[in-house]
Amino acid sequence: MILLLVAVCAPLGDSCLSRGMTRLPVISLAHPATLIAAVFTPFVALGIVLLIGFFASYLTALSWADLTYVLPATAFGNVIVALLAHFWLHEPISLERWAGIVLITLGVGFVAQGPSLTERPAAQAPALAEATEAAVEIKQEQAL
Amino acid sequence: MTIPFPAAQTGFWAATGMIAAVVLCSTAGEVLTAAAMKSVGDLDEIRARSGLKGAIRAVLTCPLFFAGVSFLALAFFSLLFALNHLNLSLVAPASASLTLVTNAIAGKIFLKENVDRRRWTAAVLVCIGVYLLAH
Repeated sequence: MILLLVAVCAPLGDSCLSRGMTRLPVISLAHPATLIAAVFTPFVALGIVLLIGFFASYLTALSWADLTYVLPATAFGNVIVALLAHFWLHEPISLERWAGIVLITLGVGFVAQGPSLTERPAAQAPALAEATEAAVEIKQEQAL
Repeated sequence: MTIPFPAAQTGFWAATGMIAAVVLCSTAGEVLTAAAMKSVGDLDEIRARSGLKGAIRAVLTCPLFFAGVSFLALAFFSLLFALNHLNLSLVAPASASLTLVTNAIAGKIFLKENVDRRRWTAAVLVCIGVYLLAH
């Protein structure tokens, strides 16, 4: 669920920012206040909210999964954008792009089948200690 | 090697340097952020224990997190600089796909992640896929 949020929020946020900024008149560096005003337009504001959602989900995912698991898994967002562009905006997709979609889907499938987190000796040690304590308790009970 | 305009004016080695800067800064940022989040612990558990404020405090009091965000900001400005000299159709796919491979290498070396054959295959497949999709 978190990985899906990461994959969906980033491209949707970028698209909203892009749509919002292209609808505005050309902003000059001589008038920076117009850039601040742009933040409060509906599409730019929605884009910022989505990108904040992306970053929060991304940090949450990194807190319980490996970086080498999260990055390929969330690359599926590129496929979502391409498919949205094709079926919603009726943009043509070339053969090269279809090949890209297939390769990303395969890659995500590969990584998703494996474990999300590398097992650490430090993580195993408490479990080992608990198991040892449990074994000692059982032996003590048997002795009694 | 033919590089599309305006990269043709920039030169091959300058273009390579700009893309390398984006990739390296981005990789450093991702690895530092990942290390920060591992040191903080499972955010879902922290949020269940101390609420949303507790989770935000746990992240914001981690110095590694700020180091990671600084490198990500540096990567963003390197990207803007590269886009000022090179075409988007060259910079975006090249940096996005190369970052996946460098992250796999950095994850194995610095984060000691178990990058097995499955993850290498996924990284390479996604890398080629992103290049084809964005090119």
